[in-house]
Amino acid sequence: MTRYSGGLIDRSREITFRFDGRSYRGHPGDTLASALLANGVRLMGRSFKYHRPRGVLSAGSEEPNALVELREGARQEPNTRATMAELYDGLVARSQNRVGSLSFDALAVNDLLAPVFAAGFYYKTFMWPRTFWEKLYEPMIRRAAGLGSLSGLPDPDAYDRGYLHCDLLVIGGGAAGLAAALTAGRSGARVILADEDFRLGGRLLAESDPLDDAPAADWVARTEAELRTMPNVRILPRTTVFGVYDHGIYGAVERVADHLPVPDDRVRQTLWRITARRSVLAAGATERHIPFADNDRPGIMLAGAMRAYANRWAASPGIARDAPVAIFTNNDDGHRTARDLIARGARVAGVIDTRPKAAQTTAYEVFAGGLVTGTRGRLGLRSIRVVHDGRERWIDCAALGVSGGWNPVVHLASHHRGRPVWDQDIQSFVPGQGGPQGLVPAGACAGRGSTAAALADGARAAQSALTEIGIGSAAPDLPRAEDAPVRQAAFWHVAGKGRAWVDFQNDVTVKDIALAHKENMRPVEHLKRWTTLGMATDQGKTSNVTALAVMAELTGRTIPETGTTIFRPPYTGVSLSVLGGGATGPDFRPTRLTPTHAWARAQGAVFTEVGQWMRAQYFPRAGETHWRHSVDREARAVRSDVGLCDVTTLGKIDVQGRDAGLFLDRIYANTIATLKVGRVRYGLMLREDGFLYDDGTCARLAEDRYVVTTTTANAGLVYRNMEFARQCLWPDLDVQLISTTDAWAQIAVAGPKSRALLERIVDGADLSNDAFPFMACRELTVCGGLRARLFRISFSGELAYEIAVPARYGHALMQRLVEQGADLGVTPYGTEALAVLRIEKGHAAGAELNGQTTAAMIGLGRMVSRKKDAIGAIMSRREGLAADTRRLIGLQPVTPGQSVSAGAHLFARGAPQDTAHDQGWITSACHSPHLGHSIGLGFLEQGHTRMDEVIVAANPVAGETVELRVVSAQFIDPEGGRLRD
Amino acid sequence: MLIPHPLLGLRDAQEFSYLGDATLIDRPAAPAPDAAAPAGAPSGAPPDDEPGPPGATDLAAVEAAFCDYVFLRDNPAGVHRELWYHEQGDRSWLVVTRDTVTHEILGAELARDVALARRAGDGAPAMPGQGPDREGQA
Amino acid sequence: MHFSGFRVLKEALSGHKGWKPLWRDPQPQPAYDIVIVGGGGHGLATAFYLAKTFKQSRIAVLEKGWLGSGNIGRNTTIIRSNYLLPGNEPFYEFSMKLWEGLEQETNFNSMVSQRGIINLFHSDAQGHAFRRRANAMMLAGADARLLDRDALRGMLPYLNYDNARFPIRGGLMQPRGGTARHDGVAWGYARGADRHGVDVIQNCEVTGFRIDGGAVRGVETTRGYIGAGKVGVAVAGASGRVMAMAGLRLPIESHVLQAFVSEGLKPVIDNVVTYGAGHFYISQSDKGGLVFGGDLDGYNSYAQRGNLPVVEDVLEGGMSLMPMIGRARLLRSWGGIMDMSMDGSPIIDRTPVEGLYFNGGWCYGGFKATPASGFAFAHLLATGRPHETATAYRLDRFARGYPIDERGAGAQPNLH
Repeated sequence: MTRYSGGLIDRSREITFRFDGRSYRGHPGDTLASALLANGVRLMGRSFKYHRPRGVLSAGSEEPNALVELREGARQEPNTRATMAELYDGLVARSQNRVGSLSFDALAVNDLLAPVFAAGFYYKTFMWPRTFWEKLYEPMIRRAAGLGSLSGLPDPDAYDRGYLHCDLLVIGGGAAGLAAALTAGRSGARVILADEDFRLGGRLLAESDPLDDAPAADWVARTEAELRTMPNVRILPRTTVFGVYDHGIYGAVERVADHLPVPDDRVRQTLWRITARRSVLAAGATERHIPFADNDRPGIMLAGAMRAYANRWAASPGIARDAPVAIFTNNDDGHRTARDLIARGARVAGVIDTRPKAAQTTAYEVFAGGLVTGTRGRLGLRSIRVVHDGRERWIDCAALGVSGGWNPVVHLASHHRGRPVWDQDIQSFVPGQGGPQGLVPAGACAGRGSTAAALADGARAAQSALTEIGIGSAAPDLPRAEDAPVRQAAFWHVAGKGRAWVDFQNDVTVKDIALAHKENMRPVEHLKRWTTLGMATDQGKTSNVTALAVMAELTGRTIPETGTTIFRPPYTGVSLSVLGGGATGPDFRPTRLTPTHAWARAQGAVFTEVGQWMRAQYFPRAGETHWRHSVDREARAVRSDVGLCDVTTLGKIDVQGRDAGLFLDRIYANTIATLKVGRVRYGLMLREDGFLYDDGTCARLAEDRYVVTTTTANAGLVYRNMEFARQCLWPDLDVQLISTTDAWAQIAVAGPKSRALLERIVDGADLSNDAFPFMACRELTVCGGLRARLFRISFSGELAYEIAVPARYGHALMQRLVEQGADLGVTPYGTEALAVLRIEKGHAAGAELNGQTTAAMIGLGRMVSRKKDAIGAIMSRREGLAADTRRLIGLQPVTPGQSVSAGAHLFARGAPQDTAHDQGWITSACHSPHLGHSIGLGFLEQGHTRMDEVIVAANPVAGETVELRVVSAQFIDPEGGRLRD
Repeated sequence: MLIPHPLLGLRDAQEFSYLGDATLIDRPAAPAPDAAAPAGAPSGAPPDDEPGPPGATDLAAVEAAFCDYVFLRDNPAGVHRELWYHEQGDRSWLVVTRDTVTHEILGAELARDVALARRAGDGAPAMPGQGPDREGQA
Repeated sequence: MHFSGFRVLKEALSGHKGWKPLWRDPQPQPAYDIVIVGGGGHGLATAFYLAKTFKQSRIAVLEKGWLGSGNIGRNTTIIRSNYLLPGNEPFYEFSMKLWEGLEQETNFNSMVSQRGIINLFHSDAQGHAFRRRANAMMLAGADARLLDRDALRGMLPYLNYDNARFPIRGGLMQPRGGTARHDGVAWGYARGADRHGVDVIQNCEVTGFRIDGGAVRGVETTRGYIGAGKVGVAVAGASGRVMAMAGLRLPIESHVLQAFVSEGLKPVIDNVVTYGAGHFYISQSDKGGLVFGGDLDGYNSYAQRGNLPVVEDVLEGGMSLMPMIGRARLLRSWGGIMDMSMDGSPIIDRTPVEGLYFNGGWCYGGFKATPASGFAFAHLLATGRPHETATAYRLDRFARGYPIDERGAGAQPNLH
């Protein structure tokens, strides 16, 4: 082990975990990265392109190198940052992106080919021969690319989604965030404090500096304890605020059970949508590295990360507690690491400080004005080459801490595309104007990075945010803290011959940037896209600013002139499961059930999805081995006896008011206002662009009361449009609307014996043809007093009715009709038979009314009144619509036994089968049990003039061509005698 | 997004359906018998003997007006008055004034109020100083 | 400089000293014969074909930012010609043929990958509509296959076949569909255009048109006035803003479409898959990221960002369709501004201003159209006549009543 003493780990408990098959031990409070380091493991991953051996770079969520596949089986989770994986007993992780073992990766051959694989090389080759791209080059590239792998199995865990509201959201629980939360909490404001870590404190946990002469962790603990007593404060640890959306809405993911072996009865993660009146962004800063030759070896890490591992996790960065460690820095921070390491008992081999005037100390050797220009150690750092005072020497060390200064974490502040601005004093980008409304950056992420400044700034930010929403607050007493000025020098990389990595994961080096410059890929976005810089899983957090600086140097411009870098959600990777965890699988969309659903299920019905609805498709009976047997039987029963079908799903809209008729006249293309009370009219609705929108019936129940039915698919949309017309177009009309689709159960009773059946349940009403003719309607009672609406309308072409009762009686009504109709041969039928019946009758339905159809195309052009204004009336007269001569026709095979296929295209006999000669298509087809052969409906050029012509239906995707005869679309009873009897 | 419903306060935009530019309120007058009726005094039912279609010249002008209404948009980058429907709520149509560049919402009114104000002939946007001038379209 | 594997090797051995800029950074000339406004995919392709195929000269492309910074730089890279209507299908099939020869034409590897695109269907009615479409594709000379559930299970075993709200019944596959490396397309055309003498001018924003006697004479830009014989505007996403400067209103609204990419993963999805019952489509990039998207946010926007409800809806669709992707993480999301037209189809046409031509209204399907759009626009600019595959894309089709409405959704842009 390489543990120091102390640290914020629970040494009373030891837990075991496995990495690449080997067993190790750690403690609660460890991350996978800290535990591996404490076990002397430096090699944790391989880079993306060159498969270079890599160790951990950081101690936070910006980690580009130490990515592992965490867990096994269906829970396998690729690309997990070892720095963010909280250690639990039995944790299993594997290294990834390797062929062979982590220490011997066959794809490391790519590193030898690195001269060929320079930036943008893909774009210049692999072009010959053409067909080799899909067959050879691309599969080869794909196999070598990618990082970790998915298991290929469905995610077994559960996820949740929740909504939170607060006055102040504090993002980040470090010095600034805690001060902000404390300030706001004490004011009584509703506060949410979110931090991605499992422990509050942020950098306070990583530093050795005291607060009020006591360890900082003590103040953190006291503050957290106080916040936890406040009912107005909610603390969300293990929660990443990943995105800022409009109007103060923040997306956050709480990792509820990722620190457990399995979630058990918990959800794994929760997606929170937090609506905050104001927020304080206290996201801190991330350290930047300094590119130099071979700066990517395992053991080279950020100096601040080294400090975090030593102070918080008591883990030595080297392979042993006393292994020599060196520091390379361009600012004071590197020295802080050296001091802390020495305090922990480490041996510091030297601090190489790029500043010629760096202060000397007796505690360790300082190479002022020195540079690190090379390293050795294939799988782990062995030594570094230092140039100092014109001399070059190799210094042995097992770890090198690098500090290039700190970048404020401006990520969330730029989610609304506000650009960060360059702060020359601290050589960093800080949040600029145009950030999300109501978001106040504070502390290190605003460029105020000393502990004292961060504490004070957090309190100030909370106060000013609360003032804006009228909540008074007082600054809390803040502890005394270090207040070293933040001095960052403009030293960006060590020039030289070797490869110096800027983006570790994607293997982008200073040379690649130089090449991009040479090839005129100079705008930042070109640089990124050409070299893949900043496109790795860290989104460029460890590389973008450095790359900008290198490009600025090459172009001779300043960094802000060269460009800025903005970020988009998410802040760090968010599991797809939790983002899509709200409603998936069978619950992906709401499921609506008809009032007779349970009854139909008891009858053994097979169901089908119709939009949100589940509808009975057919009702198989014993002995029926194919769906066609059932459907044919059901359709025949309607033609010979009586059938029952639940048609509740059709939209129903009650239209009431003095001007209801006038209003409907403007909604329907045909005239409605002349409709008499007690009568029903078939109606066509157009879109304002003149195309057919919907069809249905309109029944006038009273002088000022109508019931409009719509198709199932358009129920909500027609209602929406009618409300639009009522509120926006004709607000002066006296008309009121309500959708009653769910209020009424409606059952079609169809067939020659339907009247006989209905007479058995209707309370004393005369249903004779004279008293209640075709297209009559009335309100009445059934079954001894149940209120009902009866409409004599027909979709099947038979004598038929639709009867509606309050929805809760739908089931009972269906049962009653079945009981009462037993001797009449009553037969429930489903959507398949419904479709057969309407095709036989030539009624247009969804396949014909697909939004591309004119009224004339379905033979109803004359219904569009030219004597009145109505939605779509004017535009239906446009040249193109009027000139469309395709008409709905019936089709049947010339050769008995052949089938009509929906989706086939129609051609004149002998015409070439191509787009230019296409004359139409088949919209619907079925086997007609009534006629005993296949029939179909279709649209055909000049179809109404081509009766009896033999045409060709081409179905090239099935390799079929069939000759069909054009016939009337009304295959049964074209005179309509049956439905009027 | 959150929409400040004039009756119900701040509501999540997810409760709404979006239609488009608020000029869709300003449907051109069509040469039909009822279109000539004075606003606010609609007849209960149209007369039985409806007059025939208008002359061809009128029709071309009406068609052109409808083409503009149905198909053409200002589509501004900036302040936009637009129609939202509180479909999962009280079924009000709203005219929301929103900046299409920042998504900031500057106000919301009941579309019916806006439409009635139009009918009353003032033609001005109901929120003074906001929204492009749409004179002559009421 | 000719790009080839040999060239790459040679440079590798000589320290990459010989590479040249991919394109020049020319100063704007006082006047050009043809000025293309918009240095995105369509504008660059237009300039390339104008110079190379139609032998025009004195051409400039004006780009307000960096070239390729529009929707060519942020899309989900899908190429396909699986349209239904005769106004569209021949055009997109022409585009597909141009894709198939693009790399040889531009000497730049845009990584056109014909890995196949599969549109799933979930009901008999949808199946019939797809059969009609498959037949329309084949009648126009494209390729199409209908796959039943068993065939799909063999090809896409990871889909949710057994526990879905909308069970998968089958799919329409276009084997020649696939993806292309979007930036590479812009760069290939830019480099090609530059090599044929086109001035590709970055950081040059058009601020106005100089129109005289009903004819365009040139453009005002942030880098001064530039005279032009003809001006072609190809600025999808900003069409309304730019054409308003010429006094034109368009049948277009600007909407935001979000897209997403996951962290890199070893190969797991080989084709492009679209989910017919939800708003979700996905492919995996050569680099390993899952690239996916869904529906528009639905409101007019120029903000290049969307909101959470759509993020959730897209991922719910994704998780419903292929629950095995759940343990991957979202890496980046972005929003692109779409020219949503009133019938869901594009416009390539003259305008009422003489010499001013317009190319736009691509909705969220502009990427796949890039080669044909450029070719057809170049044809129109060079010959004054629409290309034979683009004759339906007229500006007056709305007034005349000839919409090309694949979805049958009518004049509501956010429904297309």
